[in-house]
Amino acid sequence: MSKLMEWVDARIPVSDMIKSQATEYPTPKNLNYWWNFGSLALFMLIIMILTGLFLAMHYKPDAKQAFDVVEHIMRDVNYGWLLRYLHANGATFFFIIIYVHIFRGMYYGSYRAPREILWWIGVIIFFLMMGTGFLGYVLPWGQMSYWGAAVITNLITAVPVIGEDLVIWVWGGFSVDDATLNRFYVLHFLLPFVIFALVIVHMWALHAVHSNNPDGIDIVDEKKDTLPFHPYFTIKDLYGIGVLLIIYCWFVFFAPNAFLEPDNYIPANPMQTPAHIVPEWYFLPFYAILRSIDFLGSFSKLAGVIAMVGAILVLFVLPFLDRSPVRSFRYRPLSRSLFWIFVANSIMLGWVGYNPADATAFDGALPLIILGRTGTAIYFGYFVMLFIVTAFKIEKPLPLPKSL
Amino acid sequence: MVIEAEENRRDFLILATGAVGVAGSAAAAWPFIRSWSPSADVLALATTEADLSALTEGQMITIPWQGKPIFILYRTAEQIAQAKEADSASLPDPEQDKDRVHKEQYLVLLALCTHLGCVPQPIGTGDFGGFLCPCHGSHYDTSGRIRKGPAPKNLPVPYYTFKDDHTIVIGKPV
Ligand code: HEM
Ligand code: FES
Repeated sequence: MSKLMEWVDARIPVSDMIKSQATEYPTPKNLNYWWNFGSLALFMLIIMILTGLFLAMHYKPDAKQAFDVVEHIMRDVNYGWLLRYLHANGATFFFIIIYVHIFRGMYYGSYRAPREILWWIGVIIFFLMMGTGFLGYVLPWGQMSYWGAAVITNLITAVPVIGEDLVIWVWGGFSVDDATLNRFYVLHFLLPFVIFALVIVHMWALHAVHSNNPDGIDIVDEKKDTLPFHPYFTIKDLYGIGVLLIIYCWFVFFAPNAFLEPDNYIPANPMQTPAHIVPEWYFLPFYAILRSIDFLGSFSKLAGVIAMVGAILVLFVLPFLDRSPVRSFRYRPLSRSLFWIFVANSIMLGWVGYNPADATAFDGALPLIILGRTGTAIYFGYFVMLFIVTAFKIEKPLPLPKSL
Repeated sequence: MVIEAEENRRDFLILATGAVGVAGSAAAAWPFIRSWSPSADVLALATTEADLSALTEGQMITIPWQGKPIFILYRTAEQIAQAKEADSASLPDPEQDKDRVHKEQYLVLLALCTHLGCVPQPIGTGDFGGFLCPCHGSHYDTSGRIRKGPAPKNLPVPYYTFKDDHTIVIGKPV
């Protein structure tokens, strides 16, 4: 065995790589459980690709067959129901994990120097994930699939001048139809592999600058401050995967439709829109932002789209908006309050996005559109406030520990 | 020693190679990009015919044209009056009712909300006696004009002609 490894290592240094990048890779000893979510995300990506590949072996991207073929997978294909429920619920858990992973980075200042590029790759992955989730949701070709696709592709018409022609090009016709379904399927198949490639770049950038940690301070003494990745973090990551699997499998086996919309079990009908269209839950805060801009007359549509896209793009400049000398919000009381307002506000926006546009709260006293507009202001306000609080030194950071 | 003529020659060659490469890639990309545009069979389905003889006053039908829903409403006198009255109201997308119909009683609309493309609900569901788009709450009046909500424009009137008194042809033949 060791003879064989020697032979291989002389030609491609695998053992070195495994040692320096995995088993003996120095990892901050104070990482808490929020650091589990990266490995959880990778685990979900692998599950999605695996279940997706096996679904693809039965699926047919044809407007006349797609709906029935998903039912065929559910009823006739051996364990087809399991593949589909793992895949459909997998998307939900993938997004829960990614949102926690992003919030983790925002709280502990992991986007700060020298991790900006690492952070940007993450935001690109998030973007592509949203695209993949959207495209995948079209494939079962139910009413929500169809009308979700119609509403989202229609956002393209907001592009000045060429919008109308562009959307016809994207559809391959004059409406969402067979050609659209077929190309969406191909892209849904392709994007996860692009994501996979970007995850490798993400890891590369991570291993170049190393993990941040809850205290947000740099490693002073590698011997004292770090532990080898194996066995300390392999076991911790495995534990996290165990917990995830219990919750995820509970949904798959006992509440597989909890996150799916009943309307999506009605075949797509281009002649009739369901009374209430909702996107998948993981788009809801952004959907609420889109809808909240309705007071600018004929500019509303374009402005809504810009606000929605801007809500993600703003993450790119976050590393430059935060000017504090300290990374971790553990030692930044003001930033920490802002952060929790941001989290609560995001959930509130999600709730607004889930409800019909003209819904009200408190017996009609509060139209939700008002909440949506306020929430949108708070969403972007977070980034402005974080800049103000740090750039003008309004926040007085607490003293940092000398070492981990 | 640097020979200036050689240097210039090399710069030129690099530039020329780059330019040919970029232009060539752009030209090669074109067929791929164009392959996404509607194919010939999709374009061939440009027109749809509908028989309106069974339609009675106040009734509305939905017919597919190019995969999109078309509303044809046989308007009542009241609905026509409502539409004309609103001609002078302040409209987000001002248009006269008479410019939106060929025959006053038949209102023909491309029934895709100009906000994000949902199909509005039938006549009488919205404020102003017209159509309500359920997705984000746009209200269209009895002429299909936007009156309230996020949609920026009136419901479009598709190109159509009357073949005879009761037969309507929607779309332009290509
Ligand atoms: C980033 C990873 C992925 C995400 C977030 C994702 C998301 C989704 C979602 C939300 C659906 C709709 C589920 C439903 O309502 O039934 C779906 C369906 C589907 N996906 Fe994926 N997917 C991913 C990866 C893949 C891969 C790699 C493949 C193929 C190689 C694939 C193939 C399919 C197929 C064939 C369907 C239609 C069957 C069905 O609706 O269950 N997916 N995907
Ligand atoms: S699509 Fe009709 S109001 Fe948004």
